[in-house]
Amino acid sequence: MTTVSMTVNGKAVSEDVEDRTLLVHYIRDHLRLTGTHVGCDTSQCGACVVHVDGRAVKSCTMLAAQAEGADIKTIEGLADGDTLHPVQAAFKEHHGLQCGFCTPGMIMCAVDMIRRIPNLDEKTIREELEGNLCRCTGYQNIVKAIKAASEEMRA
Amino acid sequence: MSGTGIGQPVRRKEDQRFITGSGRYTDDFQLEGQAYGYFVRSPHAHAKIKSIDSAAALAADGVVAVLAGKDLAADELGGLICGWMVHSKDGSEMKAGAHPALAVDRVRYTGDHVAIVIAETLAQAKDAAELVEVDYETLPSVSDGLKALESGAPQIHDEAQGNLVFDWELGDKAATEAAFASAAHVTKFSLNNNRLVPNAMEPRAAIGAYEPASGDYTLYTTSQNPHVARLVLSAFVQLVPEHKLRVVAPDVGGGFGSKIFIYPEETVCAWAAGKVKRPVKWTAERSESFLADAHGRDHHTDAELALDAEGKILGLRVHTTANLGAYLSTFASSVPTYLYGTLLSGQYNIPNIYVTVDGVYTNTAPVDAYRGAGRPEATYVVERTLDAAAREMKLDPAEIRKRNFISEFPHQTPVIMNYDIGDYPASLQKALELIDYKGFANRKTASESAGKKRGIGFSTYIEACGIAPSAAVGSLGAGVGLWESAEVRVNPTGSVEVLTGAHSHGQGHETTFAQLVSERLGVPIDNVEIIHGDTNSVQFGMGTYGSRSGAVGMSAIDKAIDKVVAKAKKIAAHMMEAAESDIEFADGNFTVAGTDKQLAFPEVSLAAYVGHQFPTDEIEPGLKEGAFYDPTNFTFPAGCHICELEVDPETGATEIVKMVAVDDFGRIINPMIVEGQVHGGIAQGIGQALLEHGIYEPESGQLLTGSFMDYTMPRADDLPHFDVGLTETLCPSNPLGIKGCGEAGAIAAPAAVMNALSDALGVMDIPMPATPHTVWSILQQTN
Repeated sequence: MTTVSMTVNGKAVSEDVEDRTLLVHYIRDHLRLTGTHVGCDTSQCGACVVHVDGRAVKSCTMLAAQAEGADIKTIEGLADGDTLHPVQAAFKEHHGLQCGFCTPGMIMCAVDMIRRIPNLDEKTIREELEGNLCRCTGYQNIVKAIKAASEEMRA
Repeated sequence: MSGTGIGQPVRRKEDQRFITGSGRYTDDFQLEGQAYGYFVRSPHAHAKIKSIDSAAALAADGVVAVLAGKDLAADELGGLICGWMVHSKDGSEMKAGAHPALAVDRVRYTGDHVAIVIAETLAQAKDAAELVEVDYETLPSVSDGLKALESGAPQIHDEAQGNLVFDWELGDKAATEAAFASAAHVTKFSLNNNRLVPNAMEPRAAIGAYEPASGDYTLYTTSQNPHVARLVLSAFVQLVPEHKLRVVAPDVGGGFGSKIFIYPEETVCAWAAGKVKRPVKWTAERSESFLADAHGRDHHTDAELALDAEGKILGLRVHTTANLGAYLSTFASSVPTYLYGTLLSGQYNIPNIYVTVDGVYTNTAPVDAYRGAGRPEATYVVERTLDAAAREMKLDPAEIRKRNFISEFPHQTPVIMNYDIGDYPASLQKALELIDYKGFANRKTASESAGKKRGIGFSTYIEACGIAPSAAVGSLGAGVGLWESAEVRVNPTGSVEVLTGAHSHGQGHETTFAQLVSERLGVPIDNVEIIHGDTNSVQFGMGTYGSRSGAVGMSAIDKAIDKVVAKAKKIAAHMMEAAESDIEFADGNFTVAGTDKQLAFPEVSLAAYVGHQFPTDEIEPGLKEGAFYDPTNFTFPAGCHICELEVDPETGATEIVKMVAVDDFGRIINPMIVEGQVHGGIAQGIGQALLEHGIYEPESGQLLTGSFMDYTMPRADDLPHFDVGLTETLCPSNPLGIKGCGEAGAIAAPAAVMNALSDALGVMDIPMPATPHTVWSILQQTN
């Protein structure tokens, strides 16, 4: 067992976990933050993307122990109280989700994308979404939502 | 009513929980005292189980139980069923082998279910599963449908000699032969329809729970139709009587057909909970989804089209070999027969059709309905073969379609279906304009000068949705009628709860169904709640598949609303001391004709519950009505998809430059949601055409494309922007005029893409998926 301590959505947490515990399982099963999803076992789908020290990371690609001392943000911590983050609002406005399962990972990925890249165009957004799978939307409205949010946040 | 009524792009009510991480999917539930199940699966495609030794596993840390097929058999549980009877040409019933939830003495595909290890933690269950010693005697296996029919092929079920489950026919053989004899031109075309893995992003999951004091079972599961799961588990598997089993399908992360079926894992979790007297949870890893979710398609087809000298179709003859996998899944037999052969007339006036289908057991995962289910396969046969004919006869692909379109309705095809309404030239014309067909020649020239090969391809598809009229499907072999139910419950304050047997797993029912209520009762949409997915809340229902929830599910709601309005009018008449026949209801207000007397809907609903002076011989208190709606016909969404693409001959890479879809879905409740459905369907169709392929290694029967590393899911940069348009003919077969929109993209797109590719390469015979390697290889052969 290993003791891990980190900040998740602004709250300090500390717990003993089995050494092999992945960050995503720590978040879901120990912290009961189930908005972060597991859609594959090969780090391909991106449903588990969270922010680790401000950067988008697939939380199935690291052990909970590797996040020791890190500042983690999950989909549950993205909105400011009742005020949605512009990316969340854009996904709703532009119908960027259907079943909702890939959505938290998509949104967390998009927030980081917008932070890193000014003036996102459609082609860049599609390339940046390489690591996130969606089976419902055909991506068109996800791309549209990210572009709209990007423009709004730059305005 | 504007704003939130029918036809408005209302933003989805369900989104708030999904965008904030508050959705509740099956794996998100943690029940008090739950243990974790992990399945021991067959590593072999075909083997005898000589023995299972679970002693070491049972002794491992945290292990609660190891249960195998003999334990299931000892409890006298029934096997899983296939709910659609198909007959062979000679009238005999299909030859179905047993399908136990856990194998007893034989495994028949890689991933087949051997035992469940239940432990305190998932890690302990996985570790202990490694310790279960299964002594297998491996047997030869066969994964290809055609090879399974060859003499000497491994025999998979004793019941189906030569692995033939059925050899089914439809249509008039003699008349079709006569049509071919008189034809000026006959086109012969052979084609594959590649095996697909549905891959909803949420893997399947189940939690079984058991209350010893009451004997009640609860199954939380990723289901598109929880009531059907309850019916099968109680009546056929005989786990527990129906009233002692609650099935809950909470938020479900996509289905595409794969979550219709009653699978071994869900069955075993429910049963095991009773054995170990605590909740048992299982969530599929993606590799398990690949191995053991029902797959889709997998056809080999030989088609022949007879035409007169002007390109008018005289007859169509089709023979298909359908790979059904190692067991018959819940609706497996219906997909390559009644959902396929019946659609072979396409949008065309084809006087004679004869189709035969061999349904075949193989050592592969069961094959069942996947988005479109039979109709994509039919569309692919018709649209590709017609293009082959057009090329041979040097006819424009748009022109040959126009010459053969059905133009008068209703139209009886020679393969059962009676098309009620449509306007096929209208959708073709609109699509031609959207893609700028006239400008194509210039664009092709420009591509050629840049060293690229450009092609354009059509798919004027039809589907049968709104599944389905119970009498019709019953006569075709369905084990159940396919109506839908609804209950509309008006609360005293005028807010409304709708309980529906349909299930939403991405379709947005919580919004569209509420739009119907808002429109009809004049109630603000925020005062409408749609309740689904729990057999304890909702009366019996048939669930969501086959683009049925609008046409059938909403029609049931509409019918229940009729009853609510009729009763509310009685109450309003009593309250306003007027004759019931003088009461009018519009925009949420009851008025007495010719007077200024008026009552708002909430005033009447309140009176329905708290009124003291009803004439109770005429009016019972309360305002709650239920309805069951059985459609009178299938619905027939149809349209035209056109794909324009460019091939790089150096690499074989295909880039879709433009994808146009013009669909006629009848009345649209929410255009934003409908467009989203079309987008998703097209993405899956393009995936089938260019990327996706479930491949078994022929010798070993191992699934080679068993993860997202190997199986190419469409990603954002694989797909183009889709241009979506609509035409509208209102469906006469249901009160709302709805046809359904969930599957069109997956049905239409593969043929459009492959016809475009054939146009670009000048070659008809291109297998799906047309990967860069496939395309490059064809170019090497043709150059």
